[in-house]
Amino acid sequence: MTLNIFRRKTFKHGVHPPEHKDETNGLPIRQFPFAPVIILPMAQHIGAPSKVVVREGQEVVRGQVLAEADGYVSVPTHAPVSGVVRKIGNVPTISGQMTTGIYLEPFPASSQEVQEGTPVALETATPEEIRMGIQQAGIVGLGGAAFPTHVKLKVPDGKNCEVLIINGVECEPYLTTDHRVMLEQADDIYMGMRYLLKTTGADRAIIGIEANKRDAADHLAQHMPNDLPATVEVLPVKYPQGAEKMLVTALLGLEIPSGGLPIDVVVVAVNVATCAEIGRLLPTGRSIQERVVTITGPGIKKKGNYLIPIGTPLRFVLEQVEAAEHISEVYMGGPMMGVAVSNLDISIVKGTSGIVVFSEEDVWRPQTIYPCIKCGMCLDACPLSLNPSQLGILAKHGAYDQMEQNYNLMDCFECGSCSYVCPSNIPLVQHFRIAKRTVKQHRAQK
Amino acid sequence: MVQPTLKISTSPHLKQRITTDVIMRNVVWAMLPLAAFAVYSFGISTLLLLATTTIAAVLTEHVVCRMSGKKSTVFDWSAVITGLLLGLTLPPIFPLWMAFVGGVMAIGLGKSIFGGLGYNVFNPALVGRAILQAAFPAAITTWYPAFTPDRFTQVPASTLALPFMQPPEVDVISGATPLAAFKFEGIRTETTDLALGLISGSTGETCAVLILLGGLYLVVRKMMNWRIPVAVLGSAFLLSGVFYLLNPAEYPHPVFMLFSGGLMLGAVYMATDMVASPLTPLGVWIYGAFIGIVTIVIRLWGGLPEGVMYAILLANAVSPHIDGWVQPRVYGTKPKAAAA
Repeated sequence: MTLNIFRRKTFKHGVHPPEHKDETNGLPIRQFPFAPVIILPMAQHIGAPSKVVVREGQEVVRGQVLAEADGYVSVPTHAPVSGVVRKIGNVPTISGQMTTGIYLEPFPASSQEVQEGTPVALETATPEEIRMGIQQAGIVGLGGAAFPTHVKLKVPDGKNCEVLIINGVECEPYLTTDHRVMLEQADDIYMGMRYLLKTTGADRAIIGIEANKRDAADHLAQHMPNDLPATVEVLPVKYPQGAEKMLVTALLGLEIPSGGLPIDVVVVAVNVATCAEIGRLLPTGRSIQERVVTITGPGIKKKGNYLIPIGTPLRFVLEQVEAAEHISEVYMGGPMMGVAVSNLDISIVKGTSGIVVFSEEDVWRPQTIYPCIKCGMCLDACPLSLNPSQLGILAKHGAYDQMEQNYNLMDCFECGSCSYVCPSNIPLVQHFRIAKRTVKQHRAQK
Repeated sequence: MVQPTLKISTSPHLKQRITTDVIMRNVVWAMLPLAAFAVYSFGISTLLLLATTTIAAVLTEHVVCRMSGKKSTVFDWSAVITGLLLGLTLPPIFPLWMAFVGGVMAIGLGKSIFGGLGYNVFNPALVGRAILQAAFPAAITTWYPAFTPDRFTQVPASTLALPFMQPPEVDVISGATPLAAFKFEGIRTETTDLALGLISGSTGETCAVLILLGGLYLVVRKMMNWRIPVAVLGSAFLLSGVFYLLNPAEYPHPVFMLFSGGLMLGAVYMATDMVASPLTPLGVWIYGAFIGIVTIVIRLWGGLPEGVMYAILLANAVSPHIDGWVQPRVYGTKPKAAAA
């Protein structure tokens, strides 16, 4: 690794979509009001949905467990507000599918004291206890993936973790959630890093931040406690640097093997907001009740970074921030990898890092899909050096097996860089999603 | 808030606005100064020639689309490039009816037969030119001097020759191209004349400066792969340079090689045809070098004074295979030989 000192800290290829971060990155995090009803899906995370342990009509206290983790790859769901359980039934989700959930009506006059659980003391807790504490706090990856963090932190037997990477890249355009967290919650981040270093056994930590958040990088570097073995690295701005694979490569010059995880190169990577949440919640044994969400886009009047209770209905959120009447597109997450919302009755969940809203006139949509002209722009965009052009042609012919076997289809993590640059407007990523799903189904049938 | 009508789409929701028709249009813009210079140096016959090939190409594209029941694709502008480019590779006084046939062939046999834009194996303009060269070997090597005083007032008789009539005799020697002059008579031309286009040749190949400027524009706008012209010109320069150093009396200077004939035009506007060139970063270099080397080999030892056209067509044919050999290593995998 000694030769790496002359290496430019970045990854191969990638794209530069317009950032639009200036619109919200100077706005401090503000507390959002409680909605008249809170809608909590039980499947906010990857893995088994939480198992409901309250009944309809029951009064609950803010922070109380409403649903337990159902197995190892699962987390509990807590009450983000003191109130009464109005209904347990189906709730809408962003995918369009209904899932079990809880309708919670807040007590208007409640002081909203938070119930605390069992604190996890940094000095005395074992790595195992820290992971359990993280699970009990209901923490999942807040960057958008919503994968249960305690699972990610478990270093498999026979492997070891040397470097902890704190992901403050936030490469998605428009989003400034992590940026504000880094500026305003530095102490929580440091505390979280202590827990994370202890539970993973890593010797050192690196906070990776893109150059468009230099103020955050300076802030974190300046206030870094002396006894914390951590550094801050500023990376050139390029999408999708926030992807785990790309960040590991940018910071360390290592490649995560195809189909592997960061731990295969002795690394564990955690989103910076997740890290802050761990540092804030574990010392008191509290659970996650709210998260920072960037609400922005041309369709929003009161843009900003808001601390929003989990389960707040999107319709209420948009009313509060004075969304325009004629909005036509609402994206949950950033515009590159986020999901288009079809129904405003869904709610803010743990994985919601941003809400980006457009009106018809703000959206440019290509009118014509041309044939692939083999220009090669997608090859120069793909951070994994895949051949999206060839994959797209194969997808058109349904040659999914060939895509998988000869062109590494399954490595694609759908960052969207190829679709973004394609001059022929071919929806490449969508082709690959369908192909990947089909391949997975075939595998499952075998 | 009223329930708005929400549009849903799959990610990514952002899109770069450089689309295929924009790229094609820009290629046309980049070639216009060159076309204008061709008209300025060779006169009204060249204007008619370029208009004929362009109209023939666009018309063929339109008719073939309609015949096969598809929406016309002329608005992607690719047929305009083919037509204009074909005209720029023909001699200034080439009979118009032959040029029209060339335009029809370029699109019909060079492009539509393969499935239209994106599917052509060869550069369509060069397919058209190759057919013309085979069909009308005399007319396509009948040159005409540049900057004749009456070029804006008179149309040479051969331009207006009627189909299937023998074109009238023209003074061939006075308009010999620098390459032909060198090959058959050993006459060398000044490099500055070559660069500025003060010579005879195909309509669009004479002014190297304008070709390079147009190419530069496209490279800056990221609409052209700069590696291809660099590889073509670089390999041609190196190979001809080696022979020049071995025997300066027999072999021409490499700079002469670069600036003479259609090499510059071919390297910048034809070899770079996105559809017919490789996609992979390494493949592009191999492809370019192949063109440069084959061009020089044909020029030095072949029966023809010029070899760019065949070099590019050959390279087009092998370009999918080149891509197959040099698939880039995918992130997180070991190097492997991918299937072609």
